[in-house]
Amino acid sequence: MTKVGIIGVGIHPFGRTDGRTGLEQGAFAIRQALKDTSLSWSDMQFAFGGSDASGNADTLVSQLGTTGLQFINVKNGCATGGSALSSAASAIVSGEFDLGLAVGFDKHPRGAFDPKPEEWGLPQWYGEQGYMITTQFFGVKIQRYMHDYDISEVTLGRVAEKAFENGALADHAWRRAPVPLDEIMSSDLISDPLRKYMFCSPAEGGVALILASEARAKQLGLPFIRLEAAVMRTRPANSFEVFQPSASLNVGGTATAIASRDAFNKAGIGPEDIDVAQLQDTESGAEIMHMAENGFCEHGEQESWLAEGRTKLNGQLPVNTDGGCLACGEPIGASGLRQVYENVVQLRGQAGKRQVQGDPKTAYTHVYGAPGVSAVTILSR
Amino acid sequence: MSLHQIKGADEGKLYAAVDSDSGQIVFPIDDVDTSGMKLIELHSRGELWSFTVQRFRPKSPPYAGPEEFTPFVVGYIKLDGQLMLESRIVNIEPEAVEIGMQLELTWVPLDPSRADSAMVHAFQPIKG
Repeated sequence: MTKVGIIGVGIHPFGRTDGRTGLEQGAFAIRQALKDTSLSWSDMQFAFGGSDASGNADTLVSQLGTTGLQFINVKNGCATGGSALSSAASAIVSGEFDLGLAVGFDKHPRGAFDPKPEEWGLPQWYGEQGYMITTQFFGVKIQRYMHDYDISEVTLGRVAEKAFENGALADHAWRRAPVPLDEIMSSDLISDPLRKYMFCSPAEGGVALILASEARAKQLGLPFIRLEAAVMRTRPANSFEVFQPSASLNVGGTATAIASRDAFNKAGIGPEDIDVAQLQDTESGAEIMHMAENGFCEHGEQESWLAEGRTKLNGQLPVNTDGGCLACGEPIGASGLRQVYENVVQLRGQAGKRQVQGDPKTAYTHVYGAPGVSAVTILSR
Repeated sequence: MSLHQIKGADEGKLYAAVDSDSGQIVFPIDDVDTSGMKLIELHSRGELWSFTVQRFRPKSPPYAGPEEFTPFVVGYIKLDGQLMLESRIVNIEPEAVEIGMQLELTWVPLDPSRADSAMVHAFQPIKG
């Protein structure tokens, strides 16, 4: 089967960029990725791309060039980037194309997301009574998890502390200053047990990845990071998700577990083979749960893993090496591709002060989002 | 603007529907065509599975609670043999709420300062 991989990456810094639209940030990222490869826009045979709230990606052709390429818009909530990447990879594996790109961008207004009950198939009373709040779900889920597996509150704090430490070393991150653990632990409660510094915020940014078949990459003489797997999956019947007026009595299944299992099967390797991982950290508790849901540790082991710094840059499995969503913010359409960007940079050994030591060869990304979707990639070189 | 109430609020009961094919219990059923499904009343007692405290006033709209905000507890209650129900937890200090508590159904006004306030389902510690 045709091998597909990433030969170029580009990013528009995350955070807030006044005066630049989401589309412009997407175009910026594409130009950066093209520069990374010395290819030009007219070389691109196809593109998949999208944003959640910042317009149609295919209109980028008016900024980049009306070359007639196939450009398919992707709008798939939190899995928008992952879905664009997965589609781009399939287009190459199918043999139809051998060079193209995936792009994701977004620009959200300040403050929390503002979902409407009717758009989620929920009755009006649900919003009126104050249930239409994503942070409630995160608080409820991690509260139960901490009860079941003896995770302490300071472990939540350690995840945030690590995120800001790493973010300080990443040029594309939004939050660039470390925050001491005691300041995190004394910040305001938002949804118990989660505090202000333990949540990411909606933000802005754009990421572009140029993909090619292995044969084409060789022909071009460009470094090739193999995309071993790019899968997107939805929730099982017994999952516990945001905005659920009721849930199954035997909750436990997750979209993440399904996506992770299928990605590892496809790649033919296991969690123990991964050298660096980017895991969805909408809030601190998410990173903790996702360490186990993706198979990197047993449920409950996160307590000692965090205390011993095993997921820090110099640990046995560095997690969220650019500070993740906590330090970069979450522009929905770009967030999953940012994780892949970071892994490509790490595998190339170009991550500067945040470079994972020991010559990493395999890297993993994981996105989770409403209403129970997950996207996973595995890269190797 | 009058507020929306959950089906059954007038009687002080919570209803769900059972899909006869899959046996799955559907809740809420306000906007669901339940013809051909069996209506059941949800248990009025259960055990707290997990909870959080809503510490900031949700955005209005859609939130229609009192202007003056007091943090409130939201949790999921295990209703034996039925489902886990999302509900407010009332008549207890947030700091005293614990996973595994036994709770019972009650109804409280969403905004006590309004004469026409909607009644909302809530659970409270079982007394005695």
